[in-house]
Amino acid sequence: MSHAERPLTAMIDPVAGPPDCAAYERAGGWQATRTALRTLAPAEVVDIVTRSRLRGRGGAGFGTGQKWSFVPREPASERCKYLIANADEMEPGTFKDRWLMEGNPLQLVEGMLLAAYAIQAGHGIIFLRGEYHLARTRLHDAIAQARHGGWLGQDILGSGFSFDIHVHVSAGRYICGEETALLTALEGRRATPRSKPPFPQTGGLWGAPSVVNNVETLSNLPHIIANGPEWFAGLGIGPDGGTKIYGVSGRVRRPGAWELPIGTPLREIIEEHAGGMQPGYGLRALLPGGASTAFVDDTALDMAMDYASVEKAGSRLGTGMAIILDDRTCPVGMLRNLEHFFAQESCGWCTPCRDGLPWVERLLDAIEAGTGMAEDIDQLDRHARMLGTPGHTFCAHAPGAMAPLASGLKLFARDFADHIAGRGCPLRHAA
Amino acid sequence: MSIAEQPLSGDLRAEIRALAQAEPHPRGASVAALRLVQAHMGWISTPHLNEVADVLGMSAADLDGIATYFNLLFRRPVGRHVIMLCDSVSCWIMGRERLCAHLCRTLDIQPGQTTADDAITFLPIVCLGHCDHAPAMLVDDTLYGDVDTPTLDHLIDTLREPPP
Amino acid sequence: MTTIRIDGREWPTRPGINLLQACLEAGANLPYFCWHPELGSVGACRQCAVRQFSGPDDRTGRLVMACMTPVSDGAIIAIEDAQARAFREGVIEWMMVNHPHDCPVCEEGGECHLQDMTVMTGHNQRRYRFTKRTHRNQDLGPFVKHEMNRCIACYRCVRFYRDYAGGDDLAAFASHDSVYFGRAEDGALQNAFSGNLVEICPTGVFTDKPFSAVYTRKWDLRGAPSVCVHCAVGCNIIVNAREESVRRVVNRYNAAVNRYMLCDRGRFGHGFVNADSRIRMPMRSIDGHPAPVPTRDAVTQFARMAADGPVVGIASPRASMETCFSLRALVGEARFSTGQTQVEQACGQLACTLLRQHPGVIPSLHEMESADGVLVLGEDVCATAPRLGLSLRQSVRQPTFSMADAAKVPRWMDAAVRTIGCDAPSGLFILTPAPTDLDPVAAQCFRAVPDNIARIGFAIAHRIDPSTPAVTDLTDEQVRLVEHVAATLLAAKKPLVVSGMQYGSPALMRAAAAIASALARTIPASGLSLVLPECNSMGLALLGGAYA
Repeated sequence: MSHAERPLTAMIDPVAGPPDCAAYERAGGWQATRTALRTLAPAEVVDIVTRSRLRGRGGAGFGTGQKWSFVPREPASERCKYLIANADEMEPGTFKDRWLMEGNPLQLVEGMLLAAYAIQAGHGIIFLRGEYHLARTRLHDAIAQARHGGWLGQDILGSGFSFDIHVHVSAGRYICGEETALLTALEGRRATPRSKPPFPQTGGLWGAPSVVNNVETLSNLPHIIANGPEWFAGLGIGPDGGTKIYGVSGRVRRPGAWELPIGTPLREIIEEHAGGMQPGYGLRALLPGGASTAFVDDTALDMAMDYASVEKAGSRLGTGMAIILDDRTCPVGMLRNLEHFFAQESCGWCTPCRDGLPWVERLLDAIEAGTGMAEDIDQLDRHARMLGTPGHTFCAHAPGAMAPLASGLKLFARDFADHIAGRGCPLRHAA
Repeated sequence: MSIAEQPLSGDLRAEIRALAQAEPHPRGASVAALRLVQAHMGWISTPHLNEVADVLGMSAADLDGIATYFNLLFRRPVGRHVIMLCDSVSCWIMGRERLCAHLCRTLDIQPGQTTADDAITFLPIVCLGHCDHAPAMLVDDTLYGDVDTPTLDHLIDTLREPPP
Repeated sequence: MTTIRIDGREWPTRPGINLLQACLEAGANLPYFCWHPELGSVGACRQCAVRQFSGPDDRTGRLVMACMTPVSDGAIIAIEDAQARAFREGVIEWMMVNHPHDCPVCEEGGECHLQDMTVMTGHNQRRYRFTKRTHRNQDLGPFVKHEMNRCIACYRCVRFYRDYAGGDDLAAFASHDSVYFGRAEDGALQNAFSGNLVEICPTGVFTDKPFSAVYTRKWDLRGAPSVCVHCAVGCNIIVNAREESVRRVVNRYNAAVNRYMLCDRGRFGHGFVNADSRIRMPMRSIDGHPAPVPTRDAVTQFARMAADGPVVGIASPRASMETCFSLRALVGEARFSTGQTQVEQACGQLACTLLRQHPGVIPSLHEMESADGVLVLGEDVCATAPRLGLSLRQSVRQPTFSMADAAKVPRWMDAAVRTIGCDAPSGLFILTPAPTDLDPVAAQCFRAVPDNIARIGFAIAHRIDPSTPAVTDLTDEQVRLVEHVAATLLAAKKPLVVSGMQYGSPALMRAAAAIASALARTIPASGLSLVLPECNSMGLALLGGAYA
C-alpha cells in the first residue's frame, strides 16, 4: 500500500521520532487547515466528513459527521464549546492510539483543530491516560510547536477562529474511556457515566456542548479534508470509508499493528501481517476488536473487518485489535482474566455490574481452580443474559464484559464441562 | 516529622493554585493537583490531601472520594520505585503469571506490598497498551516490553541500588 | 387526561412524572431504592425494571427502568412480565451477595425498605457461595450509627447529604464493589440535617444512635403525632415511646412544612423529656430545700396562697396556647406575663402585625422552595429556623429548573438537571452580621451590624418603590448591593424576603416588610417570612400580655 493509501501512519518513523512542525508541513500537514479555515464554512466541513463515511474508531462506530451534526451551530466566539480527544486507550489488546500519538502527534493536533472548526469549539482537551508517559511528552512538544507556528491560539490564519488544546492526564480508570464518564472526570468528580439526555453535544462538559472523538478518528480528518471525502471513502473495502489500524496480540509470529483498508479480511491480518501462529500453536478462537467483543473461531477468518460484517458474524469490530486464543491456552483461564478486569474496572454505580461481575469472576475462579459445580454454568448463563442485554445496566460496561463470556460459554462449552467434571484445568495453563 | 506530615512547599501550593485557576471551577484541577503531589512525594498522605483540598476549596471527603476512585493515585506509602506488571489478557496469554511468581519470590513480597528495604512496591496494572510486546510492565515512568526473568533480575538490581 | 396501561389495565395518571411514580400512585407493587420523591431519579439501583412496549402490536418490548422513563399518554408497560420479575429478583439477589443478613439484630427491622423490597420481589434462596466483602465502620458522632456491611450502594445518602442538604463531609469512596460511604475520617457528621440519613437510608447502614442505646423494636413502640417544639417552624413529627418513656422522634409528612426532612435539633433534641433534672411533680420549698408534694396538696396550698394575696402568672413562649390561655384566665390579664423580655414581646407583636399587613403572600416552607429571588435580611435562618433554611437552599435551584424545562429534561431527572444547571446563577442574597451555612449557595453575601442591614433594607425598598423614604449616606459598595438585590427581586416571579427577631431589631423586620410590600405592588406572589424564636412565640403574640 502506498504512503498516500496509508495516510494515518505514513509519517511515522520509529527511528527518527515524530515529525516536527516543519517536517509535518513538508509531508503535507496543515494543508487541510488552510483549506478549511480559508475556504470552507464549518457546516461544509461537517458535510465533507459525513460523506467520507468515517465512523468512530474508539469502538462504538458511530458516524463522525452525524455525531457532530447535533452540536448547536453558534460560532465559537459566541458560545463555549469543547472538542475532546479520547486518548484514554485502556481496552485490553488495544495499542493503536499510542502508536499515533507517539508517532505523529501533530496529526492529532491538526485533526482536533479541524473537528473544532467544524463544531465551532474554542476549547480543546486531550484526555490522556496517565500511563502513556512518552505520548504525554510528545503531545506537549507538538502543542508547543503548533502554538509557536500559529496553528493554535487566537485568530488562526487570520480566520477569526481561535482554538487551543489542554492535555488532561488521567489517573487510571477504564470507564473514563466512556465519553460521559470522561466528561465527569474532567469536571473533577468521581468518573461514573451519565444518562442521556442531555447528550454531550448539547449538555456536556460543564453543561456546555461537547464532542468526544477517538484519537484515530481525529487523526483521519486532515487527510479527509486535504484529499476529499470520495478519496477517503474509496480507501475502504465495502461499506465503510478510509483505513483502519488493525492489530493482533497473542501467540502469533509478529504481534503488531498495521494500517490497512477498512474491511480487510481477518485472515489477511492474522496470516499475512501477523505471520500466522507461532510454531507449535494453533488458533482456537479470537476476540476481533478488544476485550469487550465476542469470541469468533476459525470459521470467521474470512469475514471482512468492517462494522457490519463483524456484527453479522455475531461480534463487534470494536477497536479492530484482535486478541488470539491459541490452542494451548485455557479458554476458562482467559475468560477469568477478562472478567477480573471488568469486575475491577466497574465504577460501582449500578447494582448488576457492581455486584454481578465479581460473582462471575469468582465462578470462573472456582471452575479454573477445580471447585466448579454444574450449577455454576447456569449462573454464568444467567449473568450473561441479565448483564448483557442493553438497557439492563446503566452503561455499556457490563454488556461489554458479557460479550466474551456469552460467546465463550457456547464456543468452549466442552472445556467448561471438562473443568467441572475433571475438577481442574485440563490444559494446566503454564504460560 | 516525616515528609508526609510536613506541609507542602509554597511553590507546590502555588502550582496547584495555578492549575485551579485555569479551570472553570477549581475542582476541575483535582486529579492534576493530586498527581502533582504524588509526583513529588511518591504518594498522597492524608495531611497532603487535606492541604490540596484546602487550596482547591473542596472538602477533604470530596477530594478523597476522587483520590480513592482512581487506580494510579496512591493513598498509602510506596517504595522508592513502583513496578506495575500488566495483568490483562494479552500479557496473561504471553506468560505474565510466571513473571509475577518470579517477582514475588525474588522480592519476597506479594503483589500490593513493598520490599523490606523500601526500594520496590510491586503492583498489578491493567492493560498498558503495549500488547504486541507482551508481557509488559511500567516501572515508575518507563515502559518495558517483552519482559523476561533476566530483564526482571537486572532491573531489580538497578532499582535496589541505594539512593545517592 | 393522561392514561397508561399497566399489565393490561388502563390507569389514569399525571403528565410530567416518571413511570415509577405512576405505578406507585396506581398502587402497584413495583420495588425501588434510589428514587426518592425529594431527590428525583438517577437510575442507579436498577430495581424498578418493567417491560415497556412500543405499541399494541409490539410483542417483545424491552426492559426499562421505570424511574428514568417519563410517562407518556398511551404508554404500555408490564410489571408482572416474567423476565422483568426475574430481573428485579436478581437485583435483590445481587444486593444480598455481600449483605450480612443480620435482621435479627439490626435496628432497621420493622421499617426496613430492603426487607420490604426483598419480600416484594420474592427472592429467598441464596445461590452465591463465595466470600462477602466487608467494611470497617466509622464513628460518625453521637447521633448517627454506621454499619457499612448492610450497604446496597443506592447512593441516596450522599445525594441527600451533599446535593440536597449541602453537606460536604460525607462522600462516596473507592469503586466497584468496594464502594464506601462515610467521612474522610471518624468524627461527628457536620451537617445540621444528618439525622435524615436514618430515614433516607433504605437499610440499616445509618441508624438512630441514641435510639439504639436503649433499643426496642419498632412494633413495640407506641406513637403519637406531634409538632416539634424546638423552633417556630413547627415541623410535624411522630413521637415514639415504650413503657412510658420517649424513645425517639421521626419525621411526619406535612406537604406544606417539612415534607420528608427534619433538622437534627428536632430529631435528636428530645433528651429533655427524659432528663433527670426535669420537674415531674409539683415542688415546694420545705426547710429550705425543694421537695416534691402530691398534686392535691399542692393545689390546696396554692389556693391558700391565692386567697392571701395577688398571684402573678408567668407563661412561656414554649408553652401551648391552652396552657397560656388557662393561666391568663386564672390570674387575670393584669397579672399575666408572657415570660418574655420586653424586646422579645415587642418584636413578636411587631412581627405579627407586619405579617397581617403584608399585601402579598405568606408562603409555607414548601412554597419557599420555588422562590426565584430571595433576600435574607439580618437573620441566620440556619440557626433560628433550620428547616426553613433547608427550603431556601432548594430555592436556588429555580434557574436550573428553568434551564432543564427549556432543554425538555424532566425536573425529576436529577443528574441531568444538575449537569444542565451547573453554571446557573443563584438568586439568593444573604445580609447578616455573621456567616451562615447558606453562604456557599448565595449569589452575594454581605456582613454588617443589624442597624446597617436595616438601612440597606430600607434602601432596597426605596429602590423598588420610590414613594418610600430614601436612605442617604450609603457607601458605593452598599449602593451596588442595593441595585443588585433590587434588580434580582424585581425580575423574579416569586420573590421572597426573610427576616426575624434573632437580633432583637424591630428595624430589620420593618425593612423586610417594606421590601416585601414594595414588591407586592407589581408582583402579587411576593412573599414575606418572619422568623420567631420559640414554638409558641406567635401564639403569645396573638394572646398578648404584660412583660416579664
